[in-house]
Amino acid sequence: MSSSEPRLTALDALHRSLGATMTDFAGWDMPLRYGSERDEHTAVRTKAGLFDLSHMGEITVTGPQAAQLLNFALVGNIASVGVGRARYTMICRADGGILDDLIVYRLGETEYMVVANASNAQVVLDALTERAAGFDAEVRDDRDAYALIAVQGPESPGILASVTDADLDGLKYYAGLPGTVAGVPALIARTGYTGEDGFELFVRPEHAVELWQALTKAGEGVGLVPCGLSCRDTLRLEAGMPLYGHELSTSLTPFDAGLGRVVKFEKEGDFVGRAALREAADNAHQAPPRVLVGLIAEGRRVPRAGYAVVAGGEVIGEVTSGAPSPTLGKPIAMAYVDAAHAAPGTAGVAVDIRGSHEPYEVVALPFYKRQK
Amino acid sequence: MSNPQQLRYSKEHEWLSGAEDGVSTVGITEHAANALGDVVFVQLPEVGDTVTAGETCGELESTKSVSDLYSPVSGEVTEVNEDVVSDPALVNSAPFEGGWLFKVRVSEEPADLLSADEYTAFSAG
Repeated sequence: MSSSEPRLTALDALHRSLGATMTDFAGWDMPLRYGSERDEHTAVRTKAGLFDLSHMGEITVTGPQAAQLLNFALVGNIASVGVGRARYTMICRADGGILDDLIVYRLGETEYMVVANASNAQVVLDALTERAAGFDAEVRDDRDAYALIAVQGPESPGILASVTDADLDGLKYYAGLPGTVAGVPALIARTGYTGEDGFELFVRPEHAVELWQALTKAGEGVGLVPCGLSCRDTLRLEAGMPLYGHELSTSLTPFDAGLGRVVKFEKEGDFVGRAALREAADNAHQAPPRVLVGLIAEGRRVPRAGYAVVAGGEVIGEVTSGAPSPTLGKPIAMAYVDAAHAAPGTAGVAVDIRGSHEPYEVVALPFYKRQK
Repeated sequence: MSNPQQLRYSKEHEWLSGAEDGVSTVGITEHAANALGDVVFVQLPEVGDTVTAGETCGELESTKSVSDLYSPVSGEVTEVNEDVVSDPALVNSAPFEGGWLFKVRVSEEPADLLSADEYTAFSAG
């Protein structure tokens, strides 16, 4: 597979006409920001933002044993997801290491859509295909079948309601239903990665421009702005949401990441990673591994992924994501730290920022929770 | 964007004003500010510090990254822009004006500073 030419989304020309600064993300040329990423962040927190997320990897699983296959291949109880609902879950290796975190939408009795991170889509597709052996189910690569547009923020229900007849009031968080938006067929999902109310709209690529323009027009009067991946990262960080490659990796189990709740041992049948994850779950109780915590700066220097967390001259952890938080007005970070230093309010914790130990406050995640 | 004709430029994307009483003003270019994104923290040299052309003398933090600040000339720092320390967004909103970074009494200038037109071509490439 050639990696020299970046992949372009169906909205590429539109992004350029809006003056977007583009960036390479997992082989895709994606909007990083259109103007100020802080303004985009604030718009999503207070009004609404429009995102092109077409790099996300859609994989369709169909067939009489689609549910059984996904229960075997993933750590969650996917068979228990109702039609029209979605579930946050993970796919692990036999040794319990996380291959990716996923959202699985149940589109019908025998049809699911698995949405993988762009950087892992091929890995997930390969793993699902391999794990499908012996199941009466088909795994289909639908990465090119969809564009994905998200509208996120408190104004998003009103914006979307003005361009669809779909029952948005009946559409709960982590639910998805097929409908028509601005005249184009869409899977309307109430999901997101911002910590705000919002929607993700899966449409055919040839409908993406039309939908984007309709949403832009619908949001004109209420402060909707186009938003890039830069603010998406600060939004999810404030919301305490993990990002693969930062908080999640093959060298960590869901229990290491503090997300053991996604592993459903009680579900029927075996699943990939069960034995190793059982062990990880037991260990987590007896000897807690490093704990994922929030850090808030007392100063203004920003911690970055990979920086050491220190206390009493000893390295006690590592920053996995860090950024200046537009909402808090201070630098924040997520970090794995030794359990002894993980309690909120633990004194004497600092981040080694290029040789200087800057004091940080240990807090529970998330940094930001929207008022409902 | 246009780079002011009266300034000269380094390949590390700093600008340098013409000297007044031997003192020049230093900032980063609009091109550099755009590439950084929203600047949230600026660490500048202190008044009295000696800076050396091509060497780091501070840092600029933006949402996505941290970048070293290089001095385009050698000399002694005579003034730093306290406004930009308290409001780093000035680097983005007015990189050639209110977002200036520090003033330096120039002792030595490298021979390879660029004119506005040369820098425009350089930064476009």
